[in-house]
Amino acid sequence: MAEVVFDQASRIYTPGAKPAVDSLDLTVADGDLVVLVGPSGSGKSTALRMLAGLEPIDAGSVRIDGRDVVDVPSKDRDIAMVFQNYALYPSKTVAENMAFPLKMRGMGKEERAQRVRQAAEMLGLTDFLDRKPKALSGGQRQRVAMGRAIVREPQVFLMDEPLSNLDAKMRVQTRAQIAEMQNRLAVSTVYVTHDQVEAMTMGDKVAVLADGKLQQYATPPELYDRPINSFVAGFIGSPAMNLLDLPRSSSGVTLGGIEIPLPREVSDAAGSRDRLTVGIRPEDWVLESTGSDAGSVVKAVVDVVEELGSESYLYAHLAEDTSTSIVVRGPGRVQVRFGDPIAVRPNPDALHVFDAETGQRLP
Amino acid sequence: MAVTTSTPPDTQGPAAPPEPRRQKRSAANVWLGVIAWVVGIAFFFPVFWMVLTSFKQETDAYTTTPKIIFEPTLEQYEGVFSAGVGPYLANSLIATVFSTLLVLLLGIPAAFAVSLRPVKKTQDVLFFFISTKMLPVVAVIVPIYVVVNQIGMLDNIWTLVVLYTGMNLPIAVWMMRSFFLEVPGELLEQASIDGAPLWRTLREIVLPIISPGIFATALICVIFAWNEFFFAVNLTAANAGTMPVFLVGFITSEGLYWAQLSAAATLAALPVILAGWVAQNKLVQGLSFGAVK
Ligand SMILES: Nc1ncnc2c1ncn2[C@@H]1O[C@H](COP(=O)(O)OP(=O)(O)OP(=O)(O)O)[C@@H](O)[C@H]1O
Ligand SMILES: [Mg+2]
Repeated sequence: MAEVVFDQASRIYTPGAKPAVDSLDLTVADGDLVVLVGPSGSGKSTALRMLAGLEPIDAGSVRIDGRDVVDVPSKDRDIAMVFQNYALYPSKTVAENMAFPLKMRGMGKEERAQRVRQAAEMLGLTDFLDRKPKALSGGQRQRVAMGRAIVREPQVFLMDEPLSNLDAKMRVQTRAQIAEMQNRLAVSTVYVTHDQVEAMTMGDKVAVLADGKLQQYATPPELYDRPINSFVAGFIGSPAMNLLDLPRSSSGVTLGGIEIPLPREVSDAAGSRDRLTVGIRPEDWVLESTGSDAGSVVKAVVDVVEELGSESYLYAHLAEDTSTSIVVRGPGRVQVRFGDPIAVRPNPDALHVFDAETGQRLP
Repeated sequence: MAVTTSTPPDTQGPAAPPEPRRQKRSAANVWLGVIAWVVGIAFFFPVFWMVLTSFKQETDAYTTTPKIIFEPTLEQYEGVFSAGVGPYLANSLIATVFSTLLVLLLGIPAAFAVSLRPVKKTQDVLFFFISTKMLPVVAVIVPIYVVVNQIGMLDNIWTLVVLYTGMNLPIAVWMMRSFFLEVPGELLEQASIDGAPLWRTLREIVLPIISPGIFATALICVIFAWNEFFFAVNLTAANAGTMPVFLVGFITSEGLYWAQLSAAATLAALPVILAGWVAQNKLVQGLSFGAVK
């Protein structure tokens, strides 16, 4: 069990280029599962590999359980990693694969077999112990990779998109299994994914990365409710939050001809800025009848309707300003179709307001 | 690299192809078949003729309308053996086996290094390897002869072992490098996290994956070493002569003994043909390595 600390850690692949991971500050509390999430190329894998000892740390430091590991080779960091493609040794059986790290650490044959058996039982792999990886399904391979990590009983688990090769259903199942297992073993875990649903469901805390920089590090609800900047706001949540660049009015902002009042502390923080980025989640629109009074609702025209059964999403553009698109969550059954007019009103208590230039949250 | 399973090509084609297309396709197939047979026979015929001739009497071998029907005899083979092919065969065997083993011993770690542990100058090293193949052998035979002569190693089979090792090493490194490059980097990283020392990673994890490739490389080294003529004829005589040198001995000033030459040539070709035959599956697997991950 251990706390993991990234302290201003940077990785610069090519001298002179911008860092792939830029002065990362991150603390993984003992026993927590922390998810690194971000778009492709944001430096998630690089950060994980720095922790694993597969990439050098060019600046700053990384500590595991208080020990600076910058100059410690992978094998001595007491970590176990699950790779995206599982990295099972093709010439070894499942049992040999799982026992290999133990063997390399000089553990006796008896104890090795015992631990492998235990892990295999836990993961439902008992029947496959004598098979080669080639003769396993994707899900089984994934579990072998997990098993090989578990038998080590390491201080930290590292996982780089371990579910991305599974089909959608398996992914949901395995996601829950991993979270459950991690909880039970209480081993600190760093988990990389680009799937924000995985991030939100699995993480005790989630670190959002973009361009090698940490954007926000918070619990999933906090991330959803108070995104620290417009990037995080747009990245977390599906469909994404509507981010609208709106002009100021006397008491708030103007959208589609109506006036949206802003809370006191927000307009104070906004100061004299004459434009603001306002974020409205799809579920924070209220659908009104199209006959409503023009001054109180925003009129829009529907482009696409996605009916998901329990809810639906209406993709529409504003009637007044056709270049502005919005997404609105509606009930499971809606009568509107392509080209129909709708009227919506944002829920004034659920607005996210950001500086139009810097994207920083206000206040 | 992804753990991909290659899907077999769709040999069935669409369920019910329209009739004219099928005809067209089968006509094309017939032509391709004919061409393949013609090419195949063109390549095979000289070998066939050689083997056939080796079972003839010398007189039958010379008829101007070549005889297909004749009374086969082993006389030519007896002749070849009584001419003392034994030592030559043994020399060829020594030169081939030892040089190939040496090539693998030196080449596998070298290929591992240049493919999986590249450093700044790796490209230069690779170019240096291949550049040794750009100079024609004739251009270096004189210095080599002088050196070998100076150290008193003329007509010594170990000279050939060393030379053949040097001759095959660059090709082997280049070939094996391409196989090593197919090994997913994740595997090596996993091994390093697991704490496996380098030699163990190489032996237990990497080599089993690329063994068909290593096998193919070894076979090519065997063929090259077995068939090598230029060094052998210039650097050896009675003691260390190899099969190709022995063969040339049959082309005498008194004229050609076709049948006996054919018998000797068949004997010389036999080991390589056999090795190729036995190994054909592995060879194809090795040469099309990337496709059979
Ligand atoms: N070996 C390398 N050499 C040079 N640049 C690299 C190397 N590996 C990664 N990079 C660069 O570093 C940046 C971060 O890459 P990284 O692999 O960490 O992204 P990621 O967040 O894991 O993306 P993905 O979701 O696509 O896996 C990218 O801009 C990438 O091009
Ligand atoms: Mg990645």
